[in-house]
Formats: sequence, C-alpha cells, structure tokens
Amino acid sequence: MKKGTLRQILLLTDGCSNTGEDPIAIASLAKEEGISVNVIGIVDRQEMSERGVSEIESIAEAGGGISQVVYAKQLSQTVQMVTKKAMTQTIYGVVNKEVSQILGEEKELEDLEPEKRGQLMEVVDELGETMDLDVLILVDTSASMRNKLPMVQEALIDLSVSLRARTGSNHFALFSFPGKRKDVDKLINWSPNFDSISGAFKKMATSGVTPTGPALQEGIRIMAKRMKKKGTMDDELALEEEA
Amino acid sequence: MMSSLSKKKLDIKLHPGQVIIGKWHRKSYQIVRELGFGATGTVYLADSKQGLVALKIASDSMSITSEVNVLRHFSKVQGPSLGPSFYDVDDYVANQGVYPFYVMEYINGEPFLPFLKDKGGEWLGIMVVQLLGDLHRLHQEGWIFGDLKPENLLVTRNPNRVRWLDVGGMTRVGRAIKEYTEFFDRGYWGYGGRKAEPSYDLFSVAMLMINRAYPSRFEKNTSKGPTSLISKIKAKNTLEPYETVIRRGLEGKYESAMAMRQELMSVVQNTSFTSRPKSEGNTITGKGKSVSRQARKKRNNVKEQKKPLVGLFESMLFASFLLILYILYLFGQAV
Ligand SMILES: Nc1ncnc2c1ncn2[C@@H]1O[C@H](COP(=O)(O)OP(=O)(O)O)[C@@H](O)[C@H]1O
Repeated sequence: MKKGTLRQILLLTDGCSNTGEDPIAIASLAKEEGISVNVIGIVDRQEMSERGVSEIESIAEAGGGISQVVYAKQLSQTVQMVTKKAMTQTIYGVVNKEVSQILGEEKELEDLEPEKRGQLMEVVDELGETMDLDVLILVDTSASMRNKLPMVQEALIDLSVSLRARTGSNHFALFSFPGKRKDVDKLINWSPNFDSISGAFKKMATSGVTPTGPALQEGIRIMAKRMKKKGTMDDELALEEEA
Repeated sequence: MMSSLSKKKLDIKLHPGQVIIGKWHRKSYQIVRELGFGATGTVYLADSKQGLVALKIASDSMSITSEVNVLRHFSKVQGPSLGPSFYDVDDYVANQGVYPFYVMEYINGEPFLPFLKDKGGEWLGIMVVQLLGDLHRLHQEGWIFGDLKPENLLVTRNPNRVRWLDVGGMTRVGRAIKEYTEFFDRGYWGYGGRKAEPSYDLFSVAMLMINRAYPSRFEKNTSKGPTSLISKIKAKNTLEPYETVIRRGLEGKYESAMAMRQELMSVVQNTSFTSRPKSEGNTITGKGKSVSRQARKKRNNVKEQKKPLVGLFESMLFASFLLILYILYLFGQAV
C-alpha cells in the first residue's frame, strides 16, 4: 500500500543569516507546501548569539519542524533524533487534524481518553516506520563553519545509518550555501544513502555571507520539482485512510 | 544538549505534598519527592492507595503515550514483570495546561554502576546474567530494549536483582531502534546497523560490561586515532575473565541472549575472582579460553587445593544455578 512521502528540509548552520529574504518567512512557505523545516545550530567554544538562537527557533517553528542548538560533538545523535522526532511530529499533526475534524473544532488528541490516544499513537508509530522520507539537507558553509564540516559529514553518515534501519525508503540530497556563484550549490543529488559523501565538502567555497533565506527558497523549489516528477498522491489523503 | 526542543508548554514542577488527581480516572496521588528526570519527563515518587508508586509526568503527550503502550503490553505478559509494572495513565489539569502522566511500580534500588563499584568482578557477571535472562524473555516477546545503559538499570536488595526502567527505547523486532545512547550503540562504533534485533541489545550488554571498567566512558576517535574496543577490554584486569564473552557480544556472534547468558554463567562458575595479583592471574584465566575444558580443569585444581569440597559440589551441581548462588555466598562474605 502506498503511504505517501514525508518531506523535510534539514538546515545546519552556526549563525545568523545576513543577506536575502527573511528565512522565517520562507520557512512558513515551506510549511504551506507540506515540507517541514528542521534547524540545527552548531556551536563550538563560543556560545551562539541570542539573535542566532532566536532565528533558529523561529525558522523551525514557522516551518513546522524542530530546532536544537548543540556542540559539534553531539551533532550525530542530534541530527538523527531531530529528524525522527520531526517525522513523528508531522504525522501526529495530521492525525490531530483528523481528530479535530471528527470531534469538532478545538478538540485535540489530548481531549481523547488516554486509552484511545494510545491506539492512535500506534498508528503514528507505524506510519513513522513505514512512510517514505525525503530529506533535503542544507549546510551552511560560510567561513566560520569550516572546522565543523568534518563533524557534519560524520553526522550525515550516521543519519543515513539510522534511517536505513526503517522499513520505508529514504532519499537524501545535499546542498551547501552560499554557493560559488549561486546561493546554493548541489553536492549530492537525490540518493538513498550517503556512501558518496566523503569528499563532498571539499568542493565547497567558503565565504562570509550566510544567505539562509535564499537557500531555503531554493530548497523548496528543488523539493517541489521532485514532487512533481514523482507525481505522488496527496499525502494527507493517504494518511486519512490509514488513521 | 544546550537548549531543548521547541516546546509550546512549559515543563511542570510538582512539589512534595502536592496531590495530583487524574482527569479521567479520578485516582489521587500525593507527591513524595522527585526521583529523576530525563529527556521525556520527570519521575516522582508518590503515595497512593496501592502504596508507593512512581509517577512520570511530561508536557508532551506523544512520548508518554508511546511509553504507556509499551508498559501496558508488558503488564500482560506472563511471568515476572519485564520492567516496572504499569498501573494508571491519566491527565493532570493544572493552571498552565493539561499534563499527561502515567503511574508505574516504584523500583527501589541502587543505580547499576555505583552498586558494582566496590564489589568483586563476579558481581558484574551475576548482574549481567540476570539481565540477559530478562532480555531473552523480552526478545521472545518480539521486542528489543534499544537504549540499554547503566542509567536505565537499578539493583534492588534482598535479594539483589537487576531491574530495568525507561522503556522509551523499546522497539519491535525488525523496526528502526527508537532511542539509543552513542556509547552503547553499535552503529556509532561501526559494528552494525540500527535495526532492532537481539544482537543489537547484546552489543549494548557488552558495552555495559566495558563501562564497568571505564566509568567515565571514552570516545570513538581520539587524537591517537580510532579507539579499538578490543584493546580497551584487554587493558583492564576486571574485564579479563569476560574478554571472550564481551568480544563475541560486540561482534554479534551470539544467536540469542540465552546463548550469551550460558557462556557468561560458565565464566562466573569457573573463574576465581578473589585476590588476583598478576602472577596468579595467568593460572586462573586461560585468556579467553574460560569456557574450554582445559581451563575448567585447571580451575578445579586451583579450587581443590583451597577447598576440597568445592570440587565435589562442582560435579554435582555443574551448570546449575545453585552453584552461582554458592559462589555468590562465598564471595559475598569476602567483600
Ligand atoms: N519506576 C521507577 N522506579 C524508580 N525510579 C524511577 C522509575 N522510573 C524512573 N525512575 C528514575 O527517574 C529517572 C528518569 O526516568 P526515565 O524514565 O529514565 O526518564 P527519561 O526516559 O525521560 O530519560 C531514572 O533515571 C530513575 O532514576
């Protein structure tokens, strides 16, 4: 049975955007397109500025995703956890919408008896395990990120190890921003794993600007193109049948 | 983690003496004190009609609901309970919002590593033998523990028995492991994938044993290059008798938790754990051959010299659990 595809953009950055469109606005657009945006802020010795943290949280909130600020060392565990949590959250959100439709406005899963909630949660778990997943990864490669890139590479390989254990299929694509001439550069095209990742970061140019908004915009375009190509059915409908 | 996941609701803090009444089942619980907190919520000791219970409360109903599903499942399983027994699930209506909670058996015990800290090496073996027995039953039920680590284990008293908490990582066989901790995760060490299967847990068991000798753990990569787990085992005297079992656990060589348990039991039975200065060390452990016939014979000799009765017992009760109790008794006194 076809269960549809979950779509995520995973943004890895270490600071604030400083050029182009407001990434918070663009993240809201992603959400409208049915794509959730997760953001991971990477810090090393220095703490991240308050403005940086607040931007990261706002992007994820606007994009219906999850945000987390971590030290580079904890990146692997965080990336896979955020990705999985966000999947569950998306499915949960859809199931919740269903519940409000059945029970009436302003009713949520929380208004169900705990027993029924448990049954619905089994459905959510089941879907999280079996739905297909597309993750578009956007890596900030502005100059300050340079020494964090080996950790990023390791975390992405680890993510692919985690997701490979799922029953549903996974596809990743890797982009960096800023690009050499454009806002983003493609490093790896859609592929089921990250075997080809070693060396991918070598090709990158590092610069001082951080065009997070334009990068997200391009990310949405790429996802939308893929969606059209695959001609997938409406995911929410698929979920409805399941729930 | 530096900042937590973006949350709409604030975490709730309950105070000693506070009474919590469930919205649906109307049962009441009086908070005694906080037991601990984790990624998904805070656990309190509470007083209820059933006596002392553990109550876990969170701001987000997703993980609470998942955990309840698992606990509920195992409260239906026959035999001694796998994990804390499940009692109740409900919502607490506070001023700031509605907080889901569940109530389970209070496990009164000592944390795993502190318990083992000043005890002889045989205790590590015994505790892990117990753990493997429970894991075997869990696996036969079609579940994998997932996030196995000392923080999720308690040792109760009279008699000493290892019990597990935190069912958050439990995953049905064949699915992707729900939750794990890097040090205990075979994916992190490059020893395999994260599909839920018995060997996933057995790898964690092996790491748990290593953790006993390295309380502050260690990382995959150091400035000197990648860490070799095998050399870490070899570097510690406490792990010497268990080297083969640990290595086979790491490498996924055991068919089942039961197979690992069997081998571990015979190591405990055939090793002298008391005074082990280096010179005596090599007569006692045949470096990894602890289960071979030869080693067994050697051991008998050593013991016969010390206490002729032991040899007799050994032939009578070999492979029986009573012997372990006997060894426990002997060494329990020496400690
Ligand atoms: N049933 C229980 N009996 C006694 N103590 C418990 C029990 N459940 C949890 N605890 C204590 O609370 C702590 C946190 O609980 P845990 O379930 O591990 O949280 P999380 O899953 O959120 O990490 C545990 O480390 C333990 O000390």
